[in-house]
Amino acid sequence: MRIRDKKDLVSAFAIGAFGLFVIYEASGLPYLSEFGPGPGFLPLWLGIGLFVFALLLVLVNLLGSASMAEKEPQSWTVIGRALGVWFGLIVAIALLPWLGFGLSFALLTTFLILVLEGRPPLTAVSAAVALSLGFHLVFALALGVPLPSGPWGF
Amino acid sequence: MEALGNLILGFSVALTPVNLFWCFVGVALGTVVGVLPGLGPAATIAMLLPLTFKMNPATAIIMLAGIFYGARYGGSTTSILLNVPGESSSVATCLDGYQMARQGRAGPALGIAAISSFVAGTVGVLGLMLLAPPVARFALRFGPPEYFALMALGLTMVVFLAGKSMIKALLAMLFGIWLAGVGIDLFTAESRFTFGQVELLDGIDFIVVIIGIFAIGEVLVNIESRGGGELFKVPKGLRNLLPTLQDLKDCRFALFNGSVVGFLIGVLPGAGATIASFIAYGIEKAFSRHPEKFGTGVVEGVAAPEGANNADAGGALVPLLTLGIPGGNTTAIMLAGLLLWGFKPGPLLIQEHPELFWGLVASMYIGNVMLLILNLPLVPLFAQILRLPYYVLYPFILGVSIVGVYSVGQSLFDVWLLGFFGLLGYFMRKLDFPAAPLTLGLVLGDAIERALRQSLMMSQGQLSILITRPLSGTMLLLAAIILLMPLANKVRSWRMKAVEQEI
Repeated sequence: MRIRDKKDLVSAFAIGAFGLFVIYEASGLPYLSEFGPGPGFLPLWLGIGLFVFALLLVLVNLLGSASMAEKEPQSWTVIGRALGVWFGLIVAIALLPWLGFGLSFALLTTFLILVLEGRPPLTAVSAAVALSLGFHLVFALALGVPLPSGPWGF
Repeated sequence: MEALGNLILGFSVALTPVNLFWCFVGVALGTVVGVLPGLGPAATIAMLLPLTFKMNPATAIIMLAGIFYGARYGGSTTSILLNVPGESSSVATCLDGYQMARQGRAGPALGIAAISSFVAGTVGVLGLMLLAPPVARFALRFGPPEYFALMALGLTMVVFLAGKSMIKALLAMLFGIWLAGVGIDLFTAESRFTFGQVELLDGIDFIVVIIGIFAIGEVLVNIESRGGGELFKVPKGLRNLLPTLQDLKDCRFALFNGSVVGFLIGVLPGAGATIASFIAYGIEKAFSRHPEKFGTGVVEGVAAPEGANNADAGGALVPLLTLGIPGGNTTAIMLAGLLLWGFKPGPLLIQEHPELFWGLVASMYIGNVMLLILNLPLVPLFAQILRLPYYVLYPFILGVSIVGVYSVGQSLFDVWLLGFFGLLGYFMRKLDFPAAPLTLGLVLGDAIERALRQSLMMSQGQLSILITRPLSGTMLLLAAIILLMPLANKVRSWRMKAVEQEI
């Protein structure tokens, strides 16, 4: 038996497990209420649907034709770059209550341009300062949109 | 006559200085977004939606719609100059547009793209204006079972045409509906799937999911592939951008074909502008006296798909504004906008808020004129945007995403969710799970659950109510046929072709 796509198989198992979780949680909710179907009605069927279609995805992967198996190999370098950007974003979000939007975003921009893009420090810092200031001027001052603020109020 | 009176009302709304200004901002921004590969109208509208909460709703929808149809104009620029479509709906334009540019005819290619976009875009608005009111009147007969069946049919069509695997599309749709159900139950006030988090009692904000999946997910995918091709120079001067009389003569049928095909396909949920443009291109080639020249730089090969993808915008607004059923990502986000501004998109929208509907229609006529002006003499300026380094653009997109999400409820929890859905959006793209069914499931989830539960209450729990009523029964039968159609080999191969074009 040849697996058509390992990634599909892993995602199918993950979704199948999630479907079982939804079924478990939904079974704790009333299926019927005095008005008719209860709050557990739709989630239960959604959970069943998620599980059944995930199972179908597994079967298609195990029983499908091998000719469709060949796919472009994934480069871990490019995935690493994307995850690096995401990691930077998560750190910046974590810093929001401590540093506020301006500083967190400036640090994120510097990290992205300097570390991930490999641009000169001056370019990175200039872009970070310009973008942070631009956001403050346009969103906070001109449009009155609230930005996450740190202990010093910005 | 009635339509004319309503249109006058619409122009009285659209021609106010504020609405003219925001219409211009929308179409200009749409053109920029269309020009930039890697930033689509769905992500842009999602990011800007929270910033429109303080605006007058008519003004806001005029601006957001401007981005929606403006992006269709801009998408052709990169297709012609760089052989890289700015939008997926401009893929077909690459075939002949880029070849024209290689032959030194970039100017006329850009010119005919703008002219056909204008003609077909205007025909699309005309179709919207004429078709929407009767559709809305017809939909007044709908009760909960018909609405449930209609939403099921809309979702089925989106699933049918989204992604290579229908199973993955179905899974994405089910996940979207599940997400919509997180929080307090509509009928019994019982909390569902809140994981003990108070912040989840109100549910997961649509904006957070959409910005995460589209804006952040798009950045993460685009960061992987950065490559530039040769950018052809845009000829300076309006005269060099105008097609010749012979070009215009050659495009007569293409303009008609693109307009009609684009509008009709736009009305169908799920099909979208990309499929419309390829079908228009195919028809043009099939009826041409010289089909062998297609792909070598014929002007009809630019006019037909560009016309179709612009007429599609008008068509896509018909089900959105009359039935509350969006046909794709961008219209789903616009539906969320309408709901957030306090409107109930459906058959009564035109009657209850004529200024909103007719103001939007009138603004689209004006917006198309603005776009023609922007995309003819100013196209060299927009082409310069392609020189903007991506390493500046993507931190900007991340920043706007954070600000957009935070501005909805000033909640850092939402910003954390943004990070989560950004990663989910990235992996969905990597694993070929289409985003459109998830978006539609999420935006229609509440309504579909309400319609289903109301139907079952009406029938004391008998599911047969959904199939015994003629309209709902017919729509559900159609949905079942669509779901089973891929089992037939011929349909499956047609579906794969259509989906590959969409991708």
